[in-house]
Amino acid sequence: MEKLEFRFPAQPATPAAGAALCGVVGSGNLEILIRPGDEADACVVSVKTSARGFGRIWEAVIAEFAARHAAGGTRIAINDMGATPAVVSLRLGQALGEYTGGVQ
Amino acid sequence: MSLQYILDGLFPAGHDVSVHGQLVAGCAQTALGTVAVLGTTDAAAIGHDIALGLAGRVLDVVDQHPGRPIVFLVDTKGQALSRAEELLCLNGSLAHLARCVDLARRQGHTSLALVTGEAVSGGFLSFGLMADKTYALADAQVRVMDLKAMARVTKIPHERLVELAAESPTFAPGAENYLRMGAIEAIWDAPSAALLEAALAGQQAAGPAVDGRMVRGVERGGRHLAAATAAAVVSA
Amino acid sequence: MNAPVANKLVLRRSYFEASARARVAAVLDAGSFREFLPPEASEPSPHLAVLDIPGAFDDGVIVGSATLGGRPVLVIAQEGQFMGGAVGEIHGAKIVGLLRRAVQEKPAAVIFMADSGGVRLHEANAGLIAISEVMRAVLDTRAAGVPVIALVGGSCGAFGGMGIVSRLCSAIVMSEEGRLALSGPEVIETVAGVEEFDSKDRALVWRVTGGKHRYLTGDCAELVEDDAASFRDGAIALLAGWQEPVPASSTLRAEQTRLTERRQRFAGLRDGLEVWQALGVAEPRQIPLMDRDSLVALKKGLPA
Repeated sequence: MEKLEFRFPAQPATPAAGAALCGVVGSGNLEILIRPGDEADACVVSVKTSARGFGRIWEAVIAEFAARHAAGGTRIAINDMGATPAVVSLRLGQALGEYTGGVQ
Repeated sequence: MSLQYILDGLFPAGHDVSVHGQLVAGCAQTALGTVAVLGTTDAAAIGHDIALGLAGRVLDVVDQHPGRPIVFLVDTKGQALSRAEELLCLNGSLAHLARCVDLARRQGHTSLALVTGEAVSGGFLSFGLMADKTYALADAQVRVMDLKAMARVTKIPHERLVELAAESPTFAPGAENYLRMGAIEAIWDAPSAALLEAALAGQQAAGPAVDGRMVRGVERGGRHLAAATAAAVVSA
Repeated sequence: MNAPVANKLVLRRSYFEASARARVAAVLDAGSFREFLPPEASEPSPHLAVLDIPGAFDDGVIVGSATLGGRPVLVIAQEGQFMGGAVGEIHGAKIVGLLRRAVQEKPAAVIFMADSGGVRLHEANAGLIAISEVMRAVLDTRAAGVPVIALVGGSCGAFGGMGIVSRLCSAIVMSEEGRLALSGPEVIETVAGVEEFDSKDRALVWRVTGGKHRYLTGDCAELVEDDAASFRDGAIALLAGWQEPVPASSTLRAEQTRLTERRQRFAGLRDGLEVWQALGVAEPRQIPLMDRDSLVALKKGLPA
């Protein structure tokens, strides 16, 4: 297991729920939990992943997510069992959608 | 350790216990009066026949000898592994046995299980762990799976499991681990009438048994999370 | 793809393929579920962390309260996709806590969506003890007059200790796709050989452990389609006139007789086909092809 921490600037999100969970920690899948964070204009992400050595790819996927979405003011926790970058992006979008009540 | 030796040690005042295949059944004399003796020997694999045989005898005790304490002797390598057994819902017969032991408790029968040999998985669940309290002899082997097989299934290196087993009772075989986690009340050096009678008397004095294993696990430092988690769900 | 097909796909939501959270949302009254110890208030199992495995916030089981057909229920839903739905310390304790709560609260029922291979080997002792505690807690709940209804139709079925727990429940609602047994076919094959049980022969596995077989032999009370709405309807129908029996020797005597006679009657049989024939089914080979309603009708017509 590898633990990774990231912090990216992002436009502030407008939460509709106190927290949102997406996905399941199953083979090739992951769960993403979004909660309110401490900094309104940053998205702080902690990842626990079963696959080692993919830190650069995680960084790129999350940087792109933070750039494209208003995801600031959030603390995102990820438990991963080897999801592909495409699945990670999809779930991040879903989780944020739920957190913001469909407004991304 | 032979069954005869175990019975003589537990019941020096006399016992009338017979063995049917690997099923053990009868009664014995103690300072508390007559007790029913039921269980398995020679590391029995529990299939329908043993499960139903034990269940029927538990019901006999309930119907014919109200209040008589029941001593379960546990020596099982687990459930019988065959397609024919599964075809007739072996989990159902083990559940039935468990319900019968549970009924005896509700009808006021004190029960105690003593692991004399092996205690593995489904066989252990169906009666040994259903008794009010479970004890083990010092050389008893209590497990779900040995560490080598566990290493294969979980794909965690065997050396790593051995290393972790020294720090935590959570997964490695051994009666001592179950003691620390609260599922085994005490480990007895030898089959002893004094220990058995003290245990039964203590249980009878304590009144109707409630499942205190989580609390015991906390007290003994072997299982920290379960009690608090269950309590949090109750009060959420 | 034309529109009618697409509509049909939308209407049917496979229970087998759904996540535990999706099942909770679809089986219970819409919007009624309140989770106890939700993910944002929980931490993954430290036992998995020391083994270098990422855990799940809910440890693979969701517990909470809801209504079903307007009646208050407590709910357990195991997530088969996380570690095979297997029971570890936290997972098991959440179930025990929920059942103890049911003893106090006396809801109309506990709905137990089982989807589990049994003990989580990574926490083997904690898992085995937890299942034993769940067994006692299910019987305590029932003795308090609260029925516990097991729904078995997930991808992991109900095996090992969870197979025992399911049969300790008041009744089981099962789909054809559901599987209910003690040892998994893979375990039996590994120990006793492929001649004993070929775990890759899916049709055989279903003839031995699947919902239709368990329904015909009376080990599950209701057979439903693999559809969350059907599980919902099945559970509501079961509960409609349900009177939870007081634990009694007479009830268990009757079960003892049923199981003993069945054991004698079907001694030596090794395939569902043989059992169904012995039950009086004229064309046992048709059973796997039949739809749910036809099978239910067929069972009604069998000799008692």
